[in-house]
Amino acid sequence: MANVQETAKDEPGFEPKIVAFLCKWCSSAGSDLAGVSRLQYPSNAVPITIMCSGSMSPMFVLSAFNKGADGVLVSGCHPGDCHYLKGNFYARRKIYLVQKLLQFIGLENDRFRMSWVSAAEGVKFAGVVDEFVKDVKKLGPQTRLKAKR
Amino acid sequence: MTKRTGVFVCHCGNNIAATVDVARVAKEMGEVEGVIFSKDYVYMCSDPGQSTMANAIKDNKLDSVVVSCCSPTLHEKTFRDVTEEGGELNPYRCEIANIREQCAWVHKEKPKATEKALKITRAAIKRVQNNQSLTPIGVPVTRRVMVIGGGVAGIQAALDLANAGLQVVLVEKNPTVGGHMIQLSETFPTLDCSQCILSPKMVEVSKNKNIKLLTQAEVQEVSGFVGNFKVKVRQKAIYVDPEKCKICDDCAKVCPTVVPNEYDLNLTPRRAIFIPYAQAIPATYTLDESACLGLNPVVCGKCADVCEADAINYDMRPKTIVEEVGAIVVATGFDLYGKENLGEYGMGKYADVLDGLQFERLCSASGPTGGHVLRPSDHKEPKNVVFIQCAGSRDPESHCAYCSKICCMYTAKHATLYKHHVPDGQAYVFYIDIRSGGKGYEEFVQRSMERDEVMYLRGRVSKVYENNGSMIVKGVDTISGKNVEIEADMVVLALAMQPSKGTADVAKTLKIGRDKDGFLAEAHPKLRPVESVTAGIFLAGAAQAPKDIPETVCQASAAASKVIQLLSKDELMHSPAIAKVRLSHCTGCEMCVQACPYGAISLSGPNAKASVNDVLCEGCGTCQAVCLRAAIDVKNITQMQVHDMINACLGV
Repeated sequence: MANVQETAKDEPGFEPKIVAFLCKWCSSAGSDLAGVSRLQYPSNAVPITIMCSGSMSPMFVLSAFNKGADGVLVSGCHPGDCHYLKGNFYARRKIYLVQKLLQFIGLENDRFRMSWVSAAEGVKFAGVVDEFVKDVKKLGPQTRLKAKR
Repeated sequence: MTKRTGVFVCHCGNNIAATVDVARVAKEMGEVEGVIFSKDYVYMCSDPGQSTMANAIKDNKLDSVVVSCCSPTLHEKTFRDVTEEGGELNPYRCEIANIREQCAWVHKEKPKATEKALKITRAAIKRVQNNQSLTPIGVPVTRRVMVIGGGVAGIQAALDLANAGLQVVLVEKNPTVGGHMIQLSETFPTLDCSQCILSPKMVEVSKNKNIKLLTQAEVQEVSGFVGNFKVKVRQKAIYVDPEKCKICDDCAKVCPTVVPNEYDLNLTPRRAIFIPYAQAIPATYTLDESACLGLNPVVCGKCADVCEADAINYDMRPKTIVEEVGAIVVATGFDLYGKENLGEYGMGKYADVLDGLQFERLCSASGPTGGHVLRPSDHKEPKNVVFIQCAGSRDPESHCAYCSKICCMYTAKHATLYKHHVPDGQAYVFYIDIRSGGKGYEEFVQRSMERDEVMYLRGRVSKVYENNGSMIVKGVDTISGKNVEIEADMVVLALAMQPSKGTADVAKTLKIGRDKDGFLAEAHPKLRPVESVTAGIFLAGAAQAPKDIPETVCQASAAASKVIQLLSKDELMHSPAIAKVRLSHCTGCEMCVQACPYGAISLSGPNAKASVNDVLCEGCGTCQAVCLRAAIDVKNITQMQVHDMINACLGV
């Protein structure tokens, strides 16, 4: 599916715009730990802290792409560790369907990612963002879902 | 939407200012729609910083505030307090933009970091401008506590709570309280008799008017929330009336069924009607349904015939008891790692390969051998005993990865006790290394080596097998670098500690987490070690992690004091950031009802629309993500607010 969209790839100086939805209890705390540990990662991903990955409406993903995001990251607690018992199980199911939908629309797989990062995994958080930014950079700007203004 | 927003950008000394152009952030935020005040300051959380903020709120009649600073976990409370107390504005009108941990500290290039800080702050402004004023919800509390597990942890917690004047329900699944501690012979490092120090506490439990003891009982169902739990407990039928039982032993004498006695780790037999041991609390015989010939007077009925007190009643039935409590302490303790997992050590195959608890019983004056260390196979005194530490612990490949913590000490104790019982015997200990942190612990181990001449061999055992009536232990001594073969009369394994068998079920019933090894998970490993992640449920003892008696008692008292603190108020405050239904949009489809992890949503009213129980709702927002018509939202992080934040993050 990766080649569905033919866009200008590897534009020099292209800095992707990424929205990162972080669960308050794990990934947001994990990103705090990355900060306290002074780990360095690219500044492209702007965090939005939500209460639980289970509160992640598919509309948020579509809205972000519609507003011009080049990539969307959702990060929640490891399955089984949800602060709210089972919110991340709902998230996992929903995210899978959103992935299918995005594929159907013709968006590259690498533009949308879900990760599991606990409050103790600062290093993992930095790694996840680093890798995601690299992958999105390769794809160039996202135009498939971006509203024409 | 609010029209008078104030923005405060913190330098955090140089922590933020070194990588983020704070003056630019303050200037550009001042130009955002609805923002009428914007300022940067060197330390917002300092006293002058806080007064600057309070005065700015009052002087400019601000109706919403964003503080761009460190993580909300650090100072959200500080700045919301300033907003409320100094600024006389509802604290929920204040939001934090995290530009330190999530920005300044993780980026180096100032222009890029500043761009990101602008987006983060703008997103917070967009959010706060649609925040509502909220008031925490007060909930009355039930001043009763349930303690699950009647070992030393449960006993200590129950006594502390009862002595503080709270009503306690102590639930124990066995016929008596006392747990594993009552099975021990002596305790390290002082070698005082375990039964002598625990049984007075057990008696106190039975005498204390504030404690209701439910033995042979297990928790089945829990509903409710902190301050107001409703717990359903199922109590087995014991077929003996404890009030009438005189503990005369007449019934056991005539009982024809013989089964192994669990209290003596199956080293002695007991009858189907029995008392686990003389000091058992409650002091009564109990009839083991599974061993009895059938509770049918036609088949047997001998015990009922001889009971002069008329205490035996075959018609008793299990009971379901519902208890209302405000808090729960979970102290379900440990079990030893299954012997079936350690075939290489011959456990379960050879009668003279024992586990630590069985060895305790052999040393105990009330034990199967009357306090003489004798081999179970032929009742001879063992002259060479090998103790194997880390049997199942610290072995990530095949067994448990963790250290069971107490085995180094209790093995030193076992070796010492053995030498006290058999002065001409020789004790050998195989160890990986000795972990003897604790008051008087290291001295105790040294004493066992020097005074009692216990031979410590650093290395692991590969195999134990039988040869001409003795056990051959093959191992390695890594200090001399030689293979060792010892002809032993008895082998004692320091088996790993595991969470007790029912722990997984209890955790599931109570909706509390477990760690990767199955132990109950604390809310924070450092700062909240006795709380579970579920409010109002506390942890004590070895169910949380392997620990010795002093630590268990500490944790039990700590859990009790946490409960006392919780229940000292008449009302508990619950976060008001909870879900709210837009009735005009709700179709009563029940999607949210099914998705809610707390059962907080139900259909109500004439048109059967969703309605949220304010107290049960934790504000997770799972409901809003499943609602097809966007009819349900979490207050102050509504879907519209998130959409606004997305726009701000993308610079739209």
